[in-house]
Amino acid sequence: MAEGTAKPLPPKRSEFERALPPLGAVGDVARPLSAFERLTSLASARRIFLLLLLAAAWQAYGAWLANPLVFPPFSAVLDALWDSILNRNLLWRAWTSIVVLAKGYVIGVVLALVITALAVSTRVGSDLLSTLTAMFNPLPAIALLPIALLWFGLGETSLVFVLVHSVLWPLALNTHAGFTAVSETLRMAGRNYGLSGVRYVVLILIPAAFPSILAGLKIAWAFAWRTLIAAELVFGVSSRSGGLGWFIFENRNELNIPEVFAGLVMVILIGLAMEGVVFRAIEARTVRLWGMQR
Amino acid sequence: MTPLLDVAGVTLQYKTPEHLVTATYRVDFQVFPSERFVLLGPSGCGKSSLLKAVGGFLTPVEGEIRLSGQGVERPGPDRMMVFQEFDQLPPWKTVKENVMFPLTASGKMRGREAEERARAYIAKVGLERFADVHPHMLSGGMKQRVAIARALAMEPAILLMDEPFAALDALTRRKMQEELLLLWEEARFTVLFVTHSIEEAIIVGSRILVLSPHPGRVKAELDADKFDHRAVGGEDFQRLQSRIHDMLFADRVESHG
Ligand SMILES: Nc1ncnc2c1ncn2[C@@H]1O[C@H](COP(=O)(O)OP(=O)(O)OP(=O)(O)O)[C@@H](O)[C@H]1O
Ligand SMILES: [Mg+2]
Repeated sequence: MAEGTAKPLPPKRSEFERALPPLGAVGDVARPLSAFERLTSLASARRIFLLLLLAAAWQAYGAWLANPLVFPPFSAVLDALWDSILNRNLLWRAWTSIVVLAKGYVIGVVLALVITALAVSTRVGSDLLSTLTAMFNPLPAIALLPIALLWFGLGETSLVFVLVHSVLWPLALNTHAGFTAVSETLRMAGRNYGLSGVRYVVLILIPAAFPSILAGLKIAWAFAWRTLIAAELVFGVSSRSGGLGWFIFENRNELNIPEVFAGLVMVILIGLAMEGVVFRAIEARTVRLWGMQR
Repeated sequence: MTPLLDVAGVTLQYKTPEHLVTATYRVDFQVFPSERFVLLGPSGCGKSSLLKAVGGFLTPVEGEIRLSGQGVERPGPDRMMVFQEFDQLPPWKTVKENVMFPLTASGKMRGREAEERARAYIAKVGLERFADVHPHMLSGGMKQRVAIARALAMEPAILLMDEPFAALDALTRRKMQEELLLLWEEARFTVLFVTHSIEEAIIVGSRILVLSPHPGRVKAELDADKFDHRAVGGEDFQRLQSRIHDMLFADRVESHG
């Protein structure tokens, strides 16, 4: 007993029971966060801050390099951007690109959903889908442009055709992965309600796979935007009105380097807006609200 | 009296790439209206498979399942399932929408009518305050309550419950068993209930079908109508409990000896 090596036993302590204190202030009262706390917890505020830092670095480097033909400072680009918006119809150019993009995107999304819906209902469809995505997904959509031009001529149709390709395969791949990952219990619950066919896909599979579908939509958007700008750069003449890519190409030929950068900034801004505003809003109203994604 | 559910000589099999697994072999039982019929047996004896077959998710290779005289062919809203898993509630719908979902999806009700029905059943399981909350913000017990409300709101011919309380802690499980019995007192629905807990079977069930280990065959059908939570620990209760225990245990000895 008196051995020094023996491990100690837990101490004996008196028991107690107590009447619970009234809940009062514990549960409900929440302290509103201070303005600074709220600002730093806002992801958008943090991102804007980062963007400002990047812009400052750009400005500093551009000023140090002092060669506006190669790398104009940020302020010159901002000037050019403002000037292009006022005098060179930059916004209209951007809009032209966006309209073409929207057409290709919508067609691609609808096709992807239809194809994947078919693929989940039959074995052959599923095999076909995996073969097709394996074939076309690694193929840069832009590589189809020469053929598209051959088939549809110079014009919007060719661009839309290429865009559809850039949207269809990555989205179909993601959607299909999402469909196959829907839990067996949820599937049985849906069929238990008597749902089948299209209604089953629309009411159960699509919402249940929405996190994957949304990821696919984002990837598809990025692919499509890239493809479109590239297509306009290379074959910009094809669409007579000329989108953003054509704007960049034109100005490079005229050695308006700040305008070239302004065009690039516009491409990036639209990308950021899509990601930070549109997709973020969709996420907040769907997968985050549903607790399917943090 | 005619049985509501008639399961006659049902053999269920699964085909896997390597094996043909027989889950149950020639199982017979009949469920009458307002019975609380329990399928009890060791893990893997095919209880879930039987329930899925009644639900129409699995077609028997032999035998027949009839509900009110009609052969069961496919899943349908006249047999509402409550699963063990918490993810049975579509996460994109609020509690109220979840309860309304089968009502509207099956075309049984629409709009306001469905909403009122949903509210009434949500109140029955005590979740009024959570009607507009999404399932991910509920505890496991609350999710099971929603699943039960969703199934009851359909007022199905028969309620199919697959170990609905198995994933809950002991206290919550007991509370849910009591609540289920109270709801039954009120509505006297017919329920086919799967469990592998002898105690739960005796408390919840009015009749217990004891199945043998895999592949499940009928071992006995017992009456347990007079037992509820107040009977736990009583002499009769314990006698029945050990009788069932011996049945399940004897089988284990046999199959190994
Ligand atoms: N999808 C499946 N594919 C192949 N075999 C299966 C499948 N589901 C179940 N089985 C087999 O069928 C038998 C019965 O399974 P079942 O799930 O019905 O048992 P259970 O009685 O519900 O068990 P538990 O109490 O553990 O849930 C088991 O041997 C199991 O391996
Ligand atoms: Mg089971």
